[in-house]
Amino acid sequence: MTDKSERQGALSWDSIPRRVVTVYVPLVLFIVVLLFPFYWMAVTTFKPNNELYNYKDYNPFWVHSPTLQNVKKLLFDTDYPQWLMTTMGIAAAATVISIFASVLAAYAIQRLRFRGSNWVGLSIYLAYLVPPSILFIPLATMVFKLGLFDSPLALILTYPTFLIPFCTWLLIGYFKSIPYELEECALIDGATRLQILRRITLPLAVPGLISAGIFAFTLSWNEFIYALAFIQSSEKKTVPVAVLTQLVQGDDYQWGALMAGALFGSIPVALLYSFFVEYYVSSLTGAVKE
Amino acid sequence: MAPASRFGHTSVNESAGEQMSENAVLPGTVLAPAAAHPWRWSPPRDTWVIRLFDYKPFLAALCLFPAAALLLVFLTYPLGLGMWLAFTDTRIGRSGVWVGLENFESLWHDRIFWLSVTNTLIYTGVATVGKFGLGLWLALLLNENIPFKSLIRAIVLVPWIVPTVLSAIAFWWIYDPQFSIISYMLRGAGMIEGNIDFLGSPWHARLSLIAANIWRGIPFVAISLLAGLQTISPSLYEAAMLDGATAWQRFVHVTLPMLMPVLSVVLTFSVLFTFTDFQLVYAITRGGPVNSTHLMATLAFQRGIPGGQLGEGAAIAVAMIPFLVAATLISYFGLARRKWQQGESND
Repeated sequence: MTDKSERQGALSWDSIPRRVVTVYVPLVLFIVVLLFPFYWMAVTTFKPNNELYNYKDYNPFWVHSPTLQNVKKLLFDTDYPQWLMTTMGIAAAATVISIFASVLAAYAIQRLRFRGSNWVGLSIYLAYLVPPSILFIPLATMVFKLGLFDSPLALILTYPTFLIPFCTWLLIGYFKSIPYELEECALIDGATRLQILRRITLPLAVPGLISAGIFAFTLSWNEFIYALAFIQSSEKKTVPVAVLTQLVQGDDYQWGALMAGALFGSIPVALLYSFFVEYYVSSLTGAVKE
Repeated sequence: MAPASRFGHTSVNESAGEQMSENAVLPGTVLAPAAAHPWRWSPPRDTWVIRLFDYKPFLAALCLFPAAALLLVFLTYPLGLGMWLAFTDTRIGRSGVWVGLENFESLWHDRIFWLSVTNTLIYTGVATVGKFGLGLWLALLLNENIPFKSLIRAIVLVPWIVPTVLSAIAFWWIYDPQFSIISYMLRGAGMIEGNIDFLGSPWHARLSLIAANIWRGIPFVAISLLAGLQTISPSLYEAAMLDGATAWQRFVHVTLPMLMPVLSVVLTFSVLFTFTDFQLVYAITRGGPVNSTHLMATLAFQRGIPGGQLGEGAAIAVAMIPFLVAATLISYFGLARRKWQQGESND
């Protein structure tokens, strides 16, 4: 660390005032702009209606008499708790399925090294490049035909299409970082390959599994287009879709309740990330470097 | 305790006793792990089932099966089905018949479709330039020696983490014609007279959407490029400084070329996902005012799901594929270039 700061000191010939202008001012501006919508969401959530639409008497950047009225309305007058539960259930189920399939696939591609494993890896990479925007129409016809329309199962089965490529890709990278010698030792000791996977590779890959799991969970939490197209009844909608379609009634937007819905739909993922952000950044950059 | 008492019983002959004790105690000490790893001591259990599961091709096929089955059924098949649907007149609740190029012909003469294509190209082009310009700048700032580095990095990621639709709703409120906070600030600063109608006129709406997309895209670009920046050896900069290179020259001749590999990959992803973007536009304008901000994805949705014209929607979606293939090929050549630059294999 000292080494690094010395290096930086040697490198930066800039004076301190100059550094403030070239580094700190733009950085603070970036942070303010990037966070402002969330601040605005929070401020709007806790404003009473008379303040919300009166910029003359109240400074809009601050809440003068905070109220929980919007939160109360959201929690008790709408299906919001139900939407949260549905979203969590769907995201958890899709995550479990995807991680299960991805771990096995990544193990087969990275560790079993059969003929053509590179091609299989490449095709999974290409599968990640197929965006949901071109798949949702044919998937909608399939969902109709299978009788899954308006059922959470439709989402649980379709979310893995973008989760599996991503998680497999991530886990291949993670498996690469586990020394192959460990498996060779176990092979010499007479372990079968399944035992190696269960007792050696998987325990060592737990950090990778956790980060892949978080990725998968948040990606399914954030998914929008499938949930919009395949689910119709209000109580089965996921949070992003429900906030947009159920809380907006006619032209009379209840901005307070809408912002409360957006805020409380964002907090679970934001919390999840704040605990695992280091994993997250390292696996993200690892994935990109790959 | 059992091995000790046994040792006591059998210690008539000392060497034999020692051997016995070795036999009894040593396996005894590893008894628990041995019980946990029965395979160490069980060659008889090596039945054909076990051998089958240890047979590499079978095991590989078995491991790939869940992922392959899910992807083939819910990704490859729909991809093909979508292409077929594009050539039919399928509607919701009615399977269609082959109509050849009819959908594409009607799209060819469809003013709204062409508007959506130009919108998509403008949206992708401007937003990508904005995202990469600002994202690269932010990455360079984050690469400086600043306090609270990891906290700031975590904060910067927030716009990317939060569900896009929910932050889009926040933008919708920020862009409100009457109570927009941006209008309020600009009026306070004396820069404008009346409120800006952000979403009311086509060009205002397009630019507002692009701004929201840039806002959402900056974190991903910045954090990925930061990772790329951190792999650049500081000795390169020292060498350049000793040679008298200015900050700008160091950026152009050291940073950019070294960043190219990461840049090309991130660029491909960004272009791909901006081009097929749906959520932001659907949440903020739903293609309005009067269809002037439709992207190809939102138009496909509009025609396909609420409009019920699945065939036509599929045709619009299929029209996106050539662009996506082009983006993927650029990614491929970007990766190939990376290998060439580093002069080694990247496997």
